[in-house]
Parts: sequence; C-alpha cells; structure tokens
Amino acid sequence: MLQQVIDRRLSGKNKSIGNRERFLNRYRKQIREAVHGAISGRSIHEIEQGENITLPRRDVSEPVFGHGSGGNQERVYPGNQEYVRGDQIARPPGGGAGSGSGPGAGQDGDGKDDFEFRITREEFMQYFFDDLALPHLLRTQLLPNVPEWKSHRAGFISEGNPTNLHVVRSMRKALSRRIAMGGDVTRQLLQLNQLLEAMLRDAKCSPDEICAVKAEIESLQLRLQKIPFLDPFDLRYRNRVKTPLPASRAVMFCLMDVSGSMNESRKDMAKRFFILLYLFLTRHYEKTDVVFIRHHTQAAEVSEDEFFHSTESGGTVASSALILMHQVIQKRYSPSEWSIYGAQASDGDNWLQDSAKCRALLVEKLLPVSRYFAYLQVAEESQTLWEEYSLVQKSQPRFAMQKVTDASGIYPVFRELFKKRSAA
Amino acid sequence: MSAIFPDVGASHAAGLPKAHNPILSLQRREMLPSPSDWTFELIETYHAEIERMAKQFGLDTFPVQLEVITASQMIDAYASVGMPVNYRHWSFGKQYITSEKSYRRGHMGLAYEVVINSNPCIAYLMEENTLPMQALVMAHACYGHNSFFKGNYLFRMWTDASSIIDYLVYAKAYIAECEEQHGLDAVEELLDSCHALMNYGVDRYQRSQKLSLAQEEVLRKERESYLQQQVNDLWRTLPRSVEKQVEKSSQRFPADPQENLLYFIEKNAPLLDPWQREIVRIVRKVAQYFYPQRQTQVMNEGWATFWHYTLLNALYDEGALSDGFMMENLRSHTNVVFQPPLTHPGFQGINPYALGFAMFTDIRRICEQPTLEDKHWFPDLAGSSWRETIDHAMRNFRDESFVGQYLSPKVMRDFRLFSILDHAADPTFKVSAIHDESGYRHVREALARQYDMSTQEPNIQVWNVDVRGDRALTLRHGQHNNRPLNDEVREVLKHVGRLWGFTVRLESVDQHGKVIKHWEVAPLPHRNARA
Repeated sequence: MLQQVIDRRLSGKNKSIGNRERFLNRYRKQIREAVHGAISGRSIHEIEQGENITLPRRDVSEPVFGHGSGGNQERVYPGNQEYVRGDQIARPPGGGAGSGSGPGAGQDGDGKDDFEFRITREEFMQYFFDDLALPHLLRTQLLPNVPEWKSHRAGFISEGNPTNLHVVRSMRKALSRRIAMGGDVTRQLLQLNQLLEAMLRDAKCSPDEICAVKAEIESLQLRLQKIPFLDPFDLRYRNRVKTPLPASRAVMFCLMDVSGSMNESRKDMAKRFFILLYLFLTRHYEKTDVVFIRHHTQAAEVSEDEFFHSTESGGTVASSALILMHQVIQKRYSPSEWSIYGAQASDGDNWLQDSAKCRALLVEKLLPVSRYFAYLQVAEESQTLWEEYSLVQKSQPRFAMQKVTDASGIYPVFRELFKKRSAA
Repeated sequence: MSAIFPDVGASHAAGLPKAHNPILSLQRREMLPSPSDWTFELIETYHAEIERMAKQFGLDTFPVQLEVITASQMIDAYASVGMPVNYRHWSFGKQYITSEKSYRRGHMGLAYEVVINSNPCIAYLMEENTLPMQALVMAHACYGHNSFFKGNYLFRMWTDASSIIDYLVYAKAYIAECEEQHGLDAVEELLDSCHALMNYGVDRYQRSQKLSLAQEEVLRKERESYLQQQVNDLWRTLPRSVEKQVEKSSQRFPADPQENLLYFIEKNAPLLDPWQREIVRIVRKVAQYFYPQRQTQVMNEGWATFWHYTLLNALYDEGALSDGFMMENLRSHTNVVFQPPLTHPGFQGINPYALGFAMFTDIRRICEQPTLEDKHWFPDLAGSSWRETIDHAMRNFRDESFVGQYLSPKVMRDFRLFSILDHAADPTFKVSAIHDESGYRHVREALARQYDMSTQEPNIQVWNVDVRGDRALTLRHGQHNNRPLNDEVREVLKHVGRLWGFTVRLESVDQHGKVIKHWEVAPLPHRNARA
C-alpha cells in the first residue's frame, strides 16, 4: 500500500555538506598548498574563482584487505566467440582481464588517476584568508559580492510594519474619512435639529410629530457613531526604499621594487598584499582600476604579468616610482573623480640620498591627493627608506607602514586602513 | 540500498519475448493518461495500478513511501550509501565529490531510483525522470526490490527493516556527540580504522538482535559499563597463582579463530574507551546491515527487473498503457539488461541486472514451456507453477547458491559464457569450459564460486592474542588458490594496530598450514592510552 508521496525537493539540500567539510579539513594542508600555488599563478583580477585541487590517489585511498594479483583463479566471462575448451590464450600485457579483480578491472584502471576536485570560490577565499590570518568579521565584509545599500524615505504607503506607522498621517486620514463618510448625515442632522427647535417653539406641532423627528435624529446619531474612529484602511506607514550606494571610482597603484634583491617569496608576499587591497577596493567601489608600476633605478608602468614575473637587477631608486605615480595621476586619474590608493612594496633597499626625496614626494605630492597610502617592507632590516617613512607615519593619518616577513603579517596594515574608514 | 543505473553508452535493442500472463483474465481497461511529464496525481494513479497488478501476482511487500528528490539530492543519497540519514565522515564527502564530478562530466547517469530496505520501504524518484520512467521505477523498486527485501532469507535473518532508520538516527547523534566530547580528529581516526575493517565486521552465522532506538540507548549504557569490566578482567595482570599461569599460557585466546574482527576488537581490545567500543559497534552494525546486499546483487536486481518487466507488460496487455509509454519503458529496460561481451570496450564484468533477469525469465519459461533439455536438467521445475517456483528461489537463495541451482544451459548459451583458468605459473590462460554439453556444469560451478564471498575477499581471522606476554594480536590469512594479499595490507594493519593498541601481526598461511608470509606493525602512539 502506498503511504504517501513526499515532495523532498525543497528540503534537505546539501545534506552531505558536513561530510564535505570533513573531507576538506582532512586535506587542509594539500589544499592550502594548491591555493598558495594558484594565488601566485593568478592575475589579481581573477583571484575570486574556485580552483581545481589534485590529491594523489594514494592519499585519499581507504585501504581494505583484498586479493593481489597472482595465484590461481578461474573466472567466467560472457560473449565467447571463438574459443573451445582447452584453448590457450596469451596473457594480455599488464594484467588486463583475468588478472586480479576481473569485473572490477575497469574501475581499478580509473583508480590510477589522481583524485581531482574543485573547491568553490568561497572555499578558495577562505583558504586565502586563513593564510592572512584575517579575522572573521572582515571575511564576511569581503566575501559577499553585493553592493552597499542605503535606505531612503520614499513617501507613505498603506502597508507596512507597526514600527513604521506614521501616527499623524494615519489620524489625518481617519479624520478625513470620518468627515467624508459622515458628511451627509451631519448635514441632515443639522437640518433636523433646526426643524426640531422650530417645532418646539411652534405650539401647533403635535407631540407625535416631535417624537418622529426625535427618533430620526437618534437614528442619524447612531449612524454617526457607527463610523469607526480608526479603520485599518486609514493607516499610513513610512516607506523606505533601498538604493545602491553611488559608489565612485577608485584606482589602485601597485608600486614594487623589482631590483635583484626582491626574490620570489618576497614578491609573493607583496602580491598577497596587493590582492587584499584589491579585494577591499572592489567591495567598496563600482569600478576599480589597477596601475602597476615597477622600478629599479627607473620606473615603468607595466602589465600585471610583467609586474610579477620579470626579474631585473641593479640598484634601486624608489623615488622614480613615486614620480611616475604622480605623473599618471595628473594625466589620467583626477583626484576629484577617483579615489586614489597607493600600495608600495619593497625590501627597503634604496639609495641613501633618495629616501629623503621619497618622503618629500609622498608628503607634498602624493598623500594630499590619496585616500590612503600603504608601505609594505618585505624584509626585516631597517634601511633608510623605512626610517624616512617612519617620520611620515607620525604626521600623516593616511599613511600606514608595516614590516612583513610572512603572509600573516600583512593583515595589520589593513587593520590600520579599516580603522580609518570606520572613523571617517 | 539498491539502484538502477542507466547504461549510458549502450543502445542495444534486444528482442525480448513478450511476457505471457495466463493467470490474468485479459479484461480491457481504460488507458491511463500518458503525458511525458509527471504530476503527483499521475504518480499516485500509476502507483495504484502497479500495486493492483502486484497484488494480483501475489507479491508480498512492505508499505511504500515515495519521495521525489532532485539530482543533487540523489548525489547526496549516494554519498551516504543511500541511507536518508547517516553519521558524518570524510569518506562520504569524497564519495559525493566523486559522484558529482562524474555526473557533471556526463560519465555517469544517475541512478533512476534508490530504494531503501526499511519499513515502510522508502523509494526515491528523481524529478528529472519522465512519467514512464517513474512508473518503471515504482514497479522496479517499490514492488521488485521491496518484496525481495521482505522475502529473502538473508534480509530476514540479518536486517531489520523497521529499525534501521532509527538505528542510523541513533548512530548519527551518538557519533556527533562523540565528536563534541572527544574532538573531530579522534573520532575520524577511529572511524577510518573501523571502515578499513568493515568487511570483516560481519557475523556470517549468527542471528542479530532487533532493537528500537530507546532500547538501544538503554542497552548501550549497560553494555559500556559491563564491557569495560570484562576487558579489565581479561587484562588483569596480577597472577593469581603460578600454576594457573602456566596452565593458562598454554591455552590459546581466543580458543577458536574469530572471523568477525570488529566484534573481537569491540569486545577485547585492551585500550579502547567505552565510547570507542560503541563506535566500533556502530560500524559493525551498519556493515552487517549491508552484508545481505553484497551477497544477493544478481538475485535482487534480477528479481526487481523481472517484476518491472512483468508488471508493466501485464498492464500493457490490459490496455492501460499506451504504445509510446511502453516503448519508452522497453528502451530503458533493454539498456538496463544489456550485457556487453568480453571484447566490448564497455565490458565491466557480468551485468547483474542482465544475468538475474535472464535467469528469472528462464525459470518462468522452464515452468511454462519446458523443452526436453529442461526436463532433463530441471525435472522438478518443468511444468510447475512459475509463480511458486520463482518465489521459492527468491526466498531461499543467495547469488552463489542461486546460480548453482538455477543457471540453465539456455542462459549459458544466450550469454555465451565460458570460463578461463589463470594459473600464475602458466604462461597462458586456459579456457577450461565453454557453453557446450561437456562444459555446462563446469561453467555453472565456476560462476557460482565467483559469487561466493569467500573467494571475493581474503579469509582473515583472529588467530591468537598473547595475553600474558606483549599483548600482540595475531591475524591469519588462509590462502585460497595461492592468491596473495594486495599491497594495502600494511596500511590496513596499521588501522588494526590503532584499534588494538599493541603490536599486530598477520600471517599468510598456505593450504598446508605453513606460514609463507608475515607482516608486523608496531602500535601507533595511542592518544587515549591509559596509564
């Protein structure tokens, strides 16, 4: 007998999400490595995507006792075409049918591949944030891909929740309704009252007639009373609509020292810093441009690929990059239309006389037009540039600097940034 | 769980003989509406018709509960081995990822249906299916598998349809509680180790208990305290007297080899905490629940396929199904029972649907229209009532004995079955028998053996525990036909070692009782080791 047909389609989705979590958790290390690799391979613009993760089959296998190849066995197969009893068949190379697993051979064949699967964009970003030791509050701010909304008043509507009830408007509506509904009756009542007064003054009127008029007055008064003081129909609520925040445009300048001393791991840290800044900006601005400026003794604006992947050698003149940034701002990004963010990464190596020039450039030309300028030193030792910039930090609220020797140190720079934004 | 898989590559249109229904009075019925999209009303209508027909054929079933689900829920169902609830473990997540990936790439069609051996019998219908497919699924799952679950002796003996969902709810809650108390990693490690021995966690010759959720909970508490006490007794290290000790040490423990490794570990492992013993027990119980399914694949699928074919044909003969409806069903049916030959690129062994369906169909043919050959081979079947005969076969056999008993020369000829002998010492394979007069018996025996669990899995038993010495556990692998163990042995032994807590040895023994290979794994540092 049929008990019932149950529609389960809407319930119990993602039942095995807990199992997936456990799976990802188990292979955390491998996945983190894959994410790490993906970050250095990806363009900044494409950072927010899922990623294919490949695990060696050996790592994900669940061992069980089973037969290995060898020994004697007899197996039955369908589809005999040519053989008769006693025929000898050459052993197929590499085992094949008949050796070991028989029917399972096809599956075993597939089993040699690595175990490959895809993690989602959210999971990818989680691993990315994990490396940066980003607090949870920020993750949620960075993750959702929705614009910010601002709610505006937009007149009054007849439906809404009690907190939005507009009392004055509602009472006014009720009053006008009562006037409209009771208008006729009031007028008649007025006339009847006048008539009654006249009749009372007039001695000729019989008591019956007076009674009739009185009864009519009473019935009209009753009708008036029946008009409700407040009807659900009268209620008015404040209306609020959400409009997307008019986000402006932002440009992000990535400045990086590409002299010989910047090795791959230092560049990788710089890249993570740029990525984080980029993610932050794309959340807050509708349009985010990125300008890549690299420098050794001379600065040049380059493509992202060149920026991260070409190596140069020679000395370092950091001011050249700052000058170029200033030129680009003047040429293409007017501070009145664009929010300008600067991010400079370097190992701190600079020509002695140049550092003072850098500070002057920063304080006089760049900081006045920038929303924010961050300097990231990806090496431990203090050098002239660090010392000069330390002076800037004291006087300039829009400037943050940090020494970073591993990825988790990048976040404090951002804490500075967020602090300022929330204060603003 | 059981499922029909669509055979993606195959479009083999076998000319199947139409089923005859002599016991049914051919009374014409009004044709049911047959749009290709299903609705809930139509599903109920068709279900009622199929149920009526199943009653007419005398199928005895559990009540049916149909559930409509989406493709992703179907993948979910795969991931938890088809059960509507299951405890959490990473391996199910891996299973999900694998199924989802091959589904997305189109490597695998999803099963049209999944049916759960429970009371009421839960059958999943996928929303993507057309109405004819839903009808096929209902006939296949709700009446085919369902009656098999209710009737077959292995299921009756080993599984309790009315308590399995309750038990899994209990297991899930208990394991979640353990994860909270003892940490995800500790539970995961333990489950990993238990899963490695899952196939060795079944009783083959005992009756399991039937328990409800509440009883299970009460009994668990008692069991925990009692068991721990027993274990402590066993491992008491204070010698009572010297004489007794000498006497004891000559005695083996366990007295007889034990085949249920998980049971042995649950009862005797020295270092496990009560909650760990309970988890071992849960895994063992789940393994026991699936044990009959592993032994009756050909029969179960064959039976269900036979009945969807028979029921739908009977409805068609009555005029209740339209031609187009029937054509679609037959197409799905032929895909399901397609048996690619050995040389076919899609060959993946003998298709249990094909073999099972062919055998049940053939039993019916032997009963109704026996040939001389049949009378010689199956004197008892020829001319008997086909309904009673297949019912008897369904109830009292498993794959091994079913093939051994009922595989007829005609089916062997139709499948062109032949057996190949593979001796490791020989440079070539040898064809030992084919589908001819001199080979029928040999092929049948060989195929029956192939379905015997003991040839599929290595025979490994608990042999000895050095109770008075280093507490090492010795397992024995009795070699069958000189077949060696695979390369995963050491990994599995590490898992055994983790459960046992002390050194674990495994000996491979040939048929003369001589140890020919030997493994030993030192215990892993045990996080829950007691001082």
